[in-house]
Amino acid sequence: MQIAARAIKGWTILDLSGDIDLSHSPAMRKALLGEIKEKHTPKVFLNLKNVRYIDSSGIASLVEGLKASRDQGSRLILYGLSKSVREVMQLSRLQKIFEIYEDEEQALAS
Amino acid sequence: MESNPQALGLVRAAIERATEVLHFHEEESRAIVRSVDEALANVIRHAYRGKSGLPIEVTCRHLHRTQDGACASGIEIVLRDSGVRADPAKMKGRSLEEVRPGGLGLHFMRQSMDEVEFSRKKGKNQLRLVKYLAPAAPATPPEGE
Repeated sequence: MQIAARAIKGWTILDLSGDIDLSHSPAMRKALLGEIKEKHTPKVFLNLKNVRYIDSSGIASLVEGLKASRDQGSRLILYGLSKSVREVMQLSRLQKIFEIYEDEEQALAS
Repeated sequence: MESNPQALGLVRAAIERATEVLHFHEEESRAIVRSVDEALANVIRHAYRGKSGLPIEVTCRHLHRTQDGACASGIEIVLRDSGVRADPAKMKGRSLEEVRPGGLGLHFMRQSMDEVEFSRKKGKNQLRLVKYLAPAAPATPPEGE
């Protein structure tokens, strides 16, 4: 898995690619919580367009990020979910808990 | 395989290939791969408490059964580890109504697989996962017949 960060209008987009599994979810968690809790970024976008797979440890990190963003009064926004990632969100019944958009344009306009 | 999280990608690829060979639909294939991955992650995290380099035996075979006169085909994946004895009381999953990290892996397995069986044999934890192929839809007769 790879993570790259982009800054737009004082917000941060984290571009993720590859598989988010037990091996890689700690890196995603660190990047996500760093933006939310340390940098206090008001909006953090996760671009999941190139994520082929996410496991329950990845989902747990997203939930942790969501809770942290609520505590900070910031927003965590996901977009570009693949079929596989959508399935996991549905199985976890989390698709209505997160802010999810189809693509970057919609996400940035939200 | 060894209890190394970096090995999970390789096992996922192998299981995905096996499900393709057995003609599982894409969605079912993803569900099987997810179940095996979650099961292995549980072994690494809980049975081996995060220690790497410990053995996990993964076997996979084509399964046949006859039920109500019809033949069904499927895949059986068995995982064996020599880690801490699995506690059945902790294998019930959790309510999804509560939004909190963790505890989803078992839920994914039970949602996706036809059979999920835990046992302890000869000092080893054993997890057996089975998924049967959905019966093929009856062929539609050509128009005019």
